[in-house]
Amino acid sequence: MPRTLYEKLFDEHLVASPPDEAPLLYIDLHLIHEVTSPQAFDGLRLASRRVRRPERTLATADHNVPTDPPSTPVSDPISRRQLEALDENCREFGITLFPRGDEHQGIVHVIGPELGATQPGMTIVCGDSHTSTHGAFGALAFGIGTSEVEHVLATQTLPHQRARTMAVTIDGTVPPGVSAKDIVLAIVARLGTGGGAGHVIEYRGQAIRDLSMEGRMTICNMSIEAGARAGLIGVDDTTIDYLREHVIVDADEFARLAARWRTYVSDDDAPFDREVTLRAEDLVPSVTWGTNPAQVVALDGVVPSPQDEPDPAQAEAAARALAYMGLEPGTPMRAVTVDVVFIGSCTNSRLEDLRAAAEVVRGRRVADGVRALVVPGSHAVKRHAESEGLDRVFLDAGFEWREPGCSMCLGMNPDQLRPGQRSASTSNRNFEGRQGRGGRTHLVSPAVAAATALMGRFASPTEVDA
Amino acid sequence: MNPVRVVEGRAVPLERSDVDTDQIIPSEWLKRVERTGFGRGLFSEWRDDPDFVLNQPAYAGATILVAQARFGTGSSREHAVWALMDYGFTAVVASSFGDIFANNAASQGLVTVTLPADALEELTRLVKADPSRLVVVDVERLLVEVPDATWQHPFTLNALTRERLLHGWDTIGLTLRHDDEIARFESTHWTPRVPTRFAP
Repeated sequence: MPRTLYEKLFDEHLVASPPDEAPLLYIDLHLIHEVTSPQAFDGLRLASRRVRRPERTLATADHNVPTDPPSTPVSDPISRRQLEALDENCREFGITLFPRGDEHQGIVHVIGPELGATQPGMTIVCGDSHTSTHGAFGALAFGIGTSEVEHVLATQTLPHQRARTMAVTIDGTVPPGVSAKDIVLAIVARLGTGGGAGHVIEYRGQAIRDLSMEGRMTICNMSIEAGARAGLIGVDDTTIDYLREHVIVDADEFARLAARWRTYVSDDDAPFDREVTLRAEDLVPSVTWGTNPAQVVALDGVVPSPQDEPDPAQAEAAARALAYMGLEPGTPMRAVTVDVVFIGSCTNSRLEDLRAAAEVVRGRRVADGVRALVVPGSHAVKRHAESEGLDRVFLDAGFEWREPGCSMCLGMNPDQLRPGQRSASTSNRNFEGRQGRGGRTHLVSPAVAAATALMGRFASPTEVDA
Repeated sequence: MNPVRVVEGRAVPLERSDVDTDQIIPSEWLKRVERTGFGRGLFSEWRDDPDFVLNQPAYAGATILVAQARFGTGSSREHAVWALMDYGFTAVVASSFGDIFANNAASQGLVTVTLPADALEELTRLVKADPSRLVVVDVERLLVEVPDATWQHPFTLNALTRERLLHGWDTIGLTLRHDDEIARFESTHWTPRVPTRFAP
């Protein structure tokens, strides 16, 4: 019986399937951070439980850390307390922690792969919905709540209802200027924010194969924006080549691992519960106009009218979104001006993203009145970018070059929009208030964000020379 | 977690679809290390508006939230469930829920009731017509009822979630009964190792 990759991963990790209980899956890697773990550790202490496998748990501080130099104290006492709690919990329970300022610190979904911790065939969980990112490596990876974090700490397992499977196939080759971000925005627009609910999505097709691991992570990262807890991409040469650089083992061991890793693909003819196909040729650089990530329009397009929406509930949601965003139907997106440009987040803060943005920015200046910031996803990304001189490119253009963290993606640290400010952001959520109370977020690719910073309005890289 | 068999109370209609967990509890509230006190942050971006439904005296003290499609999508923050419960809600009715939110709700004993769109519309209408009406969510019989309007509608709940609610099970305790199986699994599982040496 041919099996999909999800089914293989599920079967290989099934510890028990007791009657009247959910199937119990073994968890190979548990990533934790300061925001969704303190209450879980408190729960362990209350019940006098230990961490079953501290060596399968890695911790970092990313969500609330300021992106000022690490020598600057954390001024917000509540954030500081939360960071201290992570330090204390990791020390008490024997968990490896990469704290603020550590050479390996960064956004949890950026450091997992670059440290070689994320590997094909693993089950990976984290108290963060963008854990789907790691699925790019053929690992079953999904976000969990704090009670589940406590459960995994205590048992190294998780009750997991078998999900339905969905194949999203992007046939053909994308046109020039279309990035992984544009591909995933098109997928979210097609499925809607609830379309992937109850499913694990496997991304397939030529346009996915053509992507680097970094691009594949961008795709899997936003699976949750289509409602799916996990996204997957089967292992191929691109995966193995990435792992060769990041998993530090001797050559024989690597060869043995690679042979095993290559089995993490769906069998030919394995049936999916649902199949969706998009044509790569149809994809264009895109931008969100509303307050959910399925509200997407072409950069060449105009702000849509709620009157064109046939479903009354959707029309009402669109009207409310436009009122919040301060936009008029029919306005060309390229005429919409921005106050802030944010290049960062677990979606788009890796070296390839920073290179794409820097290529647009090189030798040019940020438009007057625009605040533009680059927040590398990790210290490793920051170091590599600096070794290529990308920091100088951004700084010379008038960008801020900051320390790693989640930063303005969710505005838990001081990097926030002020009420009414409009951003072009390479992050993943344009929800009301996501980047700061009253802030208006438009999701774009790194190249479009860079061009927008230079022009002061939504723009594509081809416009900046004009 | 306490067992939940039947919850009843007055209901408040939240007539918005796509209420993500950032709306339920904004991220500024996530810096706290406690599990309690999140009720003050519930829907805090909307609470300043005197017209917001939770501010209307007719709905004061309601314990059942009647929402719409795709309630609780987005961020995995369990704080959204803590906020709803701390505020006083015992059940949320909607036409669909975010997967992680629904899991988090089940772990805390917050009942999530999924109704088809037409039934949800009718329930919303009944509640708006008379906010003092009693609404009953029966986890045992899987029914939502408005007794004084003789209206009722069945709902489905994952069988395990229902059992968990009815018995108030501690899921970790349940899993630890499988300790031998976990140990046996660990001894034979092809375990990709988590590295202890990292690339520079």
